[in-house]
Amino acid sequence: MTGLADLGAAELADLLASGQVSSVEAVQACLDRIEAADAAVGAFLHVDADRALAAARAVDARRAAGADLPPLAGVPVAVKDAFAMTGAPTTCGSRLLEHWRPPYDSSVVRRLQEAGLVIVGKTNMDEFAMGSSTENSAFGPTRNPWDLGRIPGGSGGGSAAALAAYEAPLAIGSDTGGSIRQPAAVTGTVGVKPTYGGVSRYGLVAMASSLDQPGPCARSVLDAALLHAVIGGYDPKDSTSIDAPVPDVVAAARSGDVAGLRIGVVAELGGEGYAPGVEQRFHEAVALLEAAGAKVSEVSCPHFDLALAAYYLIMPSEASSNLARFDAMRYGLRVGDDGSRSAEQVMRLSRARGFGDEVKRRVILGTYALSSGYFDAYYGSAQKVRTLIGQDFTAAFERVDVLVSPTCPTTAWPFGERLADPLSMYKADLCTIPSNLAGGPAASFPAGLAPEDGLPVGFHVMAPPLAEDRLYLVGTALERALEPSGAPLAARLVGKELTL
Amino acid sequence: MISHWLIGWISQLGRCLRPRADGCSCPHASAFGQRWLRLSSAAAVRMGRARRQELGVILSLSPQEVARLADLARIELSLAEQERLAGQLDVILAAVAVVGPAAQGDIRPTSHPLPLVNVFRPDVLAPGLGQADVLAMSPAQEGGRFKVPRILEEEA
Amino acid sequence: MRGNGQRDGDETASPVAADAPATGRPWQGLMDYDEAMALFDPVLGLEVHVELNTVSKMFCGCSTAFGGEPNSQVCPVCLGLPGALPVVNAKAVESAIRIGLALGCSIASWCRFARKNYFYPDMTKNFQTSQYDEPLCFDGEVRLEVDGQEYAIPIERAHMEEDAGKSLHVGGAAGRIQGADYSLIDYNRAGTPLIEIVTKPVTGTGAKAPAVARAYVAHLRDVLRSLGVSDVRMEQGSLRCDANVSLSPKGSGVLGTRTETKNVNSLRSVEKALRHEICRQAAVLAAGGRIKQETRHWHEAGAYTSPGRSKEEADDYRYFPEPDLVPVAPAADWVGQLRRSLPEPPAARTERLRAEWGFTELEMRDILGAEALEQVAATVAAGTTPAAARKWWLTELARHAAETGVELAAVPMTPAQVADLQALVDAGIVNDKLARQVIEGVLAGEGSPAEVVARRNLAVVSDTSALQAAVERSIAAQPDAAAKVRSGKTAAAGALIGAVMKDLGGQADAAAVRKLILAALAD
Repeated sequence: MTGLADLGAAELADLLASGQVSSVEAVQACLDRIEAADAAVGAFLHVDADRALAAARAVDARRAAGADLPPLAGVPVAVKDAFAMTGAPTTCGSRLLEHWRPPYDSSVVRRLQEAGLVIVGKTNMDEFAMGSSTENSAFGPTRNPWDLGRIPGGSGGGSAAALAAYEAPLAIGSDTGGSIRQPAAVTGTVGVKPTYGGVSRYGLVAMASSLDQPGPCARSVLDAALLHAVIGGYDPKDSTSIDAPVPDVVAAARSGDVAGLRIGVVAELGGEGYAPGVEQRFHEAVALLEAAGAKVSEVSCPHFDLALAAYYLIMPSEASSNLARFDAMRYGLRVGDDGSRSAEQVMRLSRARGFGDEVKRRVILGTYALSSGYFDAYYGSAQKVRTLIGQDFTAAFERVDVLVSPTCPTTAWPFGERLADPLSMYKADLCTIPSNLAGGPAASFPAGLAPEDGLPVGFHVMAPPLAEDRLYLVGTALERALEPSGAPLAARLVGKELTL
Repeated sequence: MISHWLIGWISQLGRCLRPRADGCSCPHASAFGQRWLRLSSAAAVRMGRARRQELGVILSLSPQEVARLADLARIELSLAEQERLAGQLDVILAAVAVVGPAAQGDIRPTSHPLPLVNVFRPDVLAPGLGQADVLAMSPAQEGGRFKVPRILEEEA
Repeated sequence: MRGNGQRDGDETASPVAADAPATGRPWQGLMDYDEAMALFDPVLGLEVHVELNTVSKMFCGCSTAFGGEPNSQVCPVCLGLPGALPVVNAKAVESAIRIGLALGCSIASWCRFARKNYFYPDMTKNFQTSQYDEPLCFDGEVRLEVDGQEYAIPIERAHMEEDAGKSLHVGGAAGRIQGADYSLIDYNRAGTPLIEIVTKPVTGTGAKAPAVARAYVAHLRDVLRSLGVSDVRMEQGSLRCDANVSLSPKGSGVLGTRTETKNVNSLRSVEKALRHEICRQAAVLAAGGRIKQETRHWHEAGAYTSPGRSKEEADDYRYFPEPDLVPVAPAADWVGQLRRSLPEPPAARTERLRAEWGFTELEMRDILGAEALEQVAATVAAGTTPAAARKWWLTELARHAAETGVELAAVPMTPAQVADLQALVDAGIVNDKLARQVIEGVLAGEGSPAEVVARRNLAVVSDTSALQAAVERSIAAQPDAAAKVRSGKTAAAGALIGAVMKDLGGQADAAAVRKLILAALAD
């Protein structure tokens, strides 16, 4: 089943620009694909076909009128349902916001629209971005197109699965501890977390404010770079936004020249607990990069062992505060308001009904970590460990230009396998978390399939703040080395029947 | 109390030593190779915080404690949920408590990953939302205001 | 509601004892004030919230203007909508620094905002973005004089935070929260910049504690007004005071448990509420009881405090640095520039005016005591002599203020009008006695001084023929007095002047009448 829906964004953009294809045709192809595949995959929470086609028509009209359009104008994109967008519910995968229609647009959505991209729908996610498997969505799980009995990763499993199932050529995610990169790894797609402050968080429903970062997802490195260039950049509405130009990621993605680039393999991110197939593909990828001219060495980041612990204190703490606004007083689910109860009782009941188990777990954990008497031992200490991790990165980047590791210790696991043991779920983020804590950019690129199960493996690259162009250099070099034809790994799914 | 302590310690050691099906490393081993103890809340409190930190002792999280936290967080939890959460959070807290001993010494905490300061906006008006848009989201409204249930609980 | 749900305007009822007096107010044992002061030393703590007069809110561009349609001055940020982010108002930071400097504070070279986490329906995020252990301004001092004694009030800190929305409670008595069926919330005010100024414990005030507290708030108000950072109208809520007091047994050095009293809406209430609370606490302690650390609500009408939420079960605020905002690090140059451009401190200004106006210190103290300084200054600025200005404000107008229970600043006659009135007196259109009637009329809302004169026909008779006729009538009616004047005893003219004044209903210039009488009898 080849067609417009199977093209990458760069290719599609060329066809659109040259007038060979209209945006309406491209969008319709995606909508058809969604209709055919999404009953099995479940990547989307809302699809507004009429609105998408109207937007596509508008782009076509502007192009016909001779307007000078931005590079990705007319290209379809899927957006994680954590980004506020008017005209449809923004649910964050939660019962609490099931019917909430924001009265405003997030800056990311605004930028996509201004660049002429056509938003085809909002994708599924773990509730309030808490999870690594998208099993915590209140609206049902998303299935990994590589094996419908397995998770697509999380929290942004919907965006990654939409790409892997060719339901859209581009997607937007958000990454707090790996929520873009880990799903990318287990679905064989590209996912990038920019430098903290590199993309505006205004309108992204906050999970952990000092860790959250919106980012581009795609099937190829160049596509991700093109999308990155659209959404990145300073936003005065976000006080944590960096007032500096976005590094030239598109040029880096086109270049892919890693000759002389110093690559550091993080010693602590490997070994026991990592699936053999994952390690094998990882080392093969490193060898490929070395063959392409990179200089490889091993680097020790001793405090990375503490990253998971620090993260699972800082993140729930900030989230417990960010989620306090959901009190049923101004919007969202309100339960139990029959006139006999007080506001406080209605708050308690609404939150109990509206929040899922993982959210409750993290809110309670965060409340504890911040509470008086425990602050120093937990949150306070975690913030100090965060400093130590930042120092590890700084020291490492004096000797190397990028750090690498597997993205996730394992490939996609079956549904339900890790639900009973929260700690086992959290360990999926072991490799991705350090860069959220330190704030530097990081990405996951496809690194082949694990021999033992034929499932995608992700290659994780980390760079110093504002050096995201280095990520794209490495990504493209790897992409070329792995698939001489340049087609992404997910191409293996084209034509594959998606059945349970 | 003593037998509770022993049982707790042994069960934790047992957990450490049991091989894991997914090959993951034991979450209870920290980089510092600390042995940690589980004590009842009362014994641990009696020990004093400094001594607890020294030994790496973690307080058990009781269902009552979970109930108090749920109050602070305004989430209604049944007794069964309180118990279940207490057990789960206990394990998680044990794993994350390694940050305490690791953070000794003169380390400045990081509240922001990047060194930005002095981000301001000028004191000018900017367009906001209309009353209708704002109230359209609300579960209940009256006279242009958000209607909420009575704010004080009945005095018993 | 558990935790810090206490707001000005929230209260709970105390149980009414069986032997409650007929006023219906809850029975509270009170010790006589002087007796209390013989046994205890009060320790004060004052927390004052100032609403800044910035055009836009603390973290967004919504208007801070008062009185708009409910929920019409809101946006995703101040409504705390999911995904919204705050951005700090530069003018608010500048005002905060100027306030700190004017209070003698040090200005932090680096500080952060913090989240104060608690739930209340008028809080859109269920945390307040405030400052915790890193206030922008700290360690200041205010010097006051009360009844000739100087006091140094130590300032702990002044920090930035945001205001909450406004609730209306429906269904309870007189709109009270207690017994309400539901509440209605307007978030227009949510996000308005507030500066919180907190004193360190204030000791050594003894029996003057309530007066010192009042003087402190009045002084703060003057300073803030001179800085131009706020309207500082207590009755409108742009200046709010929470008064804390504890009693220490005299000479023991042991600090007592303090209570916090809210809903103190005027300078007078500050003094009265503290005085009452001292008497109440003394009675409890003398009876062997224990003071509960709690927030109490002041009832102006009944003049008593009632308990609110106990602080012993207070919410744990779980403060942590606000991750959505970056630190504030005011450059030393900027702070220096703000310091150099501070307006004249009130004490220096008062002294300068005293010298300019030629008043003695005592005369000046009377003006300050009557809180009439601004009024006198404005009247002088409008062209009146200092003595005349002082006279009117300290007599008729001060009396009216006391009788109607309002502050002098709120009486219905403006300094401009006072100046107009004095101009009428100077022009001989009214005399002193008539002027008092004019003031009466202006205060009653009958219009400007000129309008009142016209409407009530208070003008001095200036028609010489009418005056002459009245003079002749008085001379005719009192031949003995007339004869005395003719023989050189001019003092006897007084009776004749009096008669003319009575004849003309007081509407004559006494001096002019005297002249006419003497002239008529001078032959």
